[in-house]
Amino acid sequence: MIGVRHVSGGYTSESVLKNVSFEVGTGELLGVLGPNGSGKTTLLKMLSGVLPIRDGEIFIKGKRLQDYSIKQLARRIAVLSQHSSQSFSYTVKETVSLGRYAHQQGWFQSWSKEDEEIVQEVMMQTGVSSLQNKNIQELSGGEKQRVFLAQALAQEPEVLLLDEPTNHLDLSYQKELLDLLKNSTIKNRLTVVSIFHDLNLAGLYCDRLLLLEKGTIHIQHIPNEVLKEERIRSVFHAEIKKHPHPKVAAPQMVLLPNLERIENTVKIDQDLLSFSEEFIELTSPIALRTMSSGVLGSGVGWYQKFVNRHVDKKYNCSDHRDEMSVFLKTKGFEPAETVGMMTAVFLEDAAYQLYEQDDLSIFVVVTAGVSNAVDASKSERHSFEILPGTINTWIFVNGELTEEAFIQSIMTATEVKGKVMNDQNVIDKVTGTIATGTSTDSILIAATQQGKCQEFAGTITPLGGLISKAVYECTTRAIQKSRKRMR
Amino acid sequence: MQKQSIRMFLNNTYAAYTVAGIFLLFSVLLGTSIGTVYVPITTIIKIMEAKFLGFTTERIDPMFTNIVLDIRLPRVILSGLVGAALAIAGAAFQGLLKNPLADPYTLGVSSGASVGAVFTLYFQISIPFVGSFTLPVVSILFSLMTIFSVLTFARKIERSMRVETIILTGIIFSSFLGAFISLLIALTGDELRQIISWLLGSVSMRGWAYIKIILPFFIFGSVILIMNAKELNVMSFGEERAQHLGVNVQKRKLIILISGSILTGAAVAVSGTIGFVGLVIPHFARLLWGTNHRHLLPLSIFIGGGFLIIADLISRTIISPTEIPIGVITALIGAPVFAIILLKRKKVERSG
Repeated sequence: MIGVRHVSGGYTSESVLKNVSFEVGTGELLGVLGPNGSGKTTLLKMLSGVLPIRDGEIFIKGKRLQDYSIKQLARRIAVLSQHSSQSFSYTVKETVSLGRYAHQQGWFQSWSKEDEEIVQEVMMQTGVSSLQNKNIQELSGGEKQRVFLAQALAQEPEVLLLDEPTNHLDLSYQKELLDLLKNSTIKNRLTVVSIFHDLNLAGLYCDRLLLLEKGTIHIQHIPNEVLKEERIRSVFHAEIKKHPHPKVAAPQMVLLPNLERIENTVKIDQDLLSFSEEFIELTSPIALRTMSSGVLGSGVGWYQKFVNRHVDKKYNCSDHRDEMSVFLKTKGFEPAETVGMMTAVFLEDAAYQLYEQDDLSIFVVVTAGVSNAVDASKSERHSFEILPGTINTWIFVNGELTEEAFIQSIMTATEVKGKVMNDQNVIDKVTGTIATGTSTDSILIAATQQGKCQEFAGTITPLGGLISKAVYECTTRAIQKSRKRMR
Repeated sequence: MQKQSIRMFLNNTYAAYTVAGIFLLFSVLLGTSIGTVYVPITTIIKIMEAKFLGFTTERIDPMFTNIVLDIRLPRVILSGLVGAALAIAGAAFQGLLKNPLADPYTLGVSSGASVGAVFTLYFQISIPFVGSFTLPVVSILFSLMTIFSVLTFARKIERSMRVETIILTGIIFSSFLGAFISLLIALTGDELRQIISWLLGSVSMRGWAYIKIILPFFIFGSVILIMNAKELNVMSFGEERAQHLGVNVQKRKLIILISGSILTGAAVAVSGTIGFVGLVIPHFARLLWGTNHRHLLPLSIFIGGGFLIIADLISRTIISPTEIPIGVITALIGAPVFAIILLKRKKVERSG
């Protein structure tokens, strides 16, 4: 649809864009990214024919841009610019109707039925139908932007050029606008070239991204390739971190605030642990990066409070998450900020200890009961039933962990747990074989993310070794204590 | 909101034209009838019938016929044409520059035309083949030169050409050109009062000859502007957007600026500088009907014509027998309106 070949140009004699070449296919959504002054708007203005092309050629549908008359071009390309001031009070409908200008012929340029239908349709699409008799000056920034989008769509363009279309829009309209554009590219084969400031929106919606740097193309590729940490960091000169979108296969970038690190290192140990009849609680002075399974706060997150609650063996609740959250609230915890687990084990049987080696330390808390132990290799013989977790392992690491180290910590702890079951000769009552754990075990890895960075936590790494030792000793002690009580 | 209700009432195009048409007719009759000698409206109608339809039902006092046909009617028609020309030119300038404060006067175009006119009068120039049209032609040329200089200069100051920048530039040019006129006046030495009175604007004692001078230019300029109404609509959203929507901005802009200057130049040539008509009337027409230039331009013609006839009527009757220059009346009405628009604009900017 659009072919840009070796194009240079700009406002003044010095070219803002230098030798830029790219192609955009029909129905494609191309995002243009780049720091301020990298030539994004200049590129868009040259595509729309407002700025002259100094060198190179731009082709629209195989025909040179300069060979189109202004009116012909307006029937192919529509533009939605960043902002527009308006001195006179046209109504919304009048404004949208001006989009039909290029389609009207002759001196009298009468308003046809087709024109009216298209205007009504695009106003419907952009959700401004109800405003059509309102004065455009009375509208909010977001509404205005939608009116001008309707005007652009009324041109029935094959190509739509947008300069930061979401600039004045609130969150829900940003999404609506981009959904609308994306669907138009799929349904009507509309070709869209849009400048984005928001890398995440661009990554989420665009088929391809074009990254400009100082007037040249740094890269043009699929979002996942363009939105690479090192690349964005070097082009934008900003500390950022890439992480995956939770629902869609799209890369997302987060800014890392450049704040002074307070070198007052936090150490998690037994001093922060407190017991009561109903629960064990650990409150950290700072939020800890956690990866956990459990009733509340499971998954990945940042948490400051950790609760292991004792419930009766016969505890049965259809919605245990909800019940847990109500319980925590009555105890003065904020459920959204708390990792919560349950156990039927008596809490005084918990085993906990701080382990230190060189400059690394971890604090481990285990509660263990093995009355419904399971041999995982034969678990299909068990019927499914949620029972209050019986081996709950908390591992607090006083150090910085990579995501990889988090996962390896879980692996290591789980392997060690299996070994404890073996050594303690815990038997699966259904199969009669040695168990590997219980059916509802929970685990928590929490790291202060201060101090030395631990990249790995495999079994023979310093951290893995420490976890192995700690979990082995604590779990063994906890099982022994619990068994003593059973007898 | 009161404005809204007026709009609602007049949203019908026919209603707007009817109101404007009645206003114009009413002004013409009033302007012809009132003066040092009162001519009854029925008599006026009879004189018109006799003159233009060629039948007489009764004898009419020849004094009335003389007053109406030789003094009042040409004066009324001339002021109507001048008012209409200035109003439509103002509406076009405002739309083109998306600037509600633009008008031939604030842009300095009127001053430019005046310099042209004074220049012609002072040096007694007569361009061959143009003859009696020398005065308007020179005025038009000077208006064109002024508008292009003003716009080029404003663009040099600030690429985005904000409303205030253009007006400021217009005022600077006005002062500069005004100095030239003063210089020419100083050099003439005698007949000072007459020239100053011409400068402040007057439509008195011009006769049918002046109508013949302005009419062709008026028709030419107005028709071209009305044919470009749709482009004006689009361009009032900004030149760049207009181009995106398919308007050949450079060409249309030139056509509109030339037409506006022709109208201004011709009006100034016959009546001197009369300020604020081009500012107030389009604004009022917009209040009446809305911004769509397809109707805004014709409505400005009607209302502008009627307005200047009334203004002229006031200027010659209010402290009769002395005549106040008509420019004084329009400035007295126009300057406060200018201030109100400016205030409202600032309010919109702040809230928006």
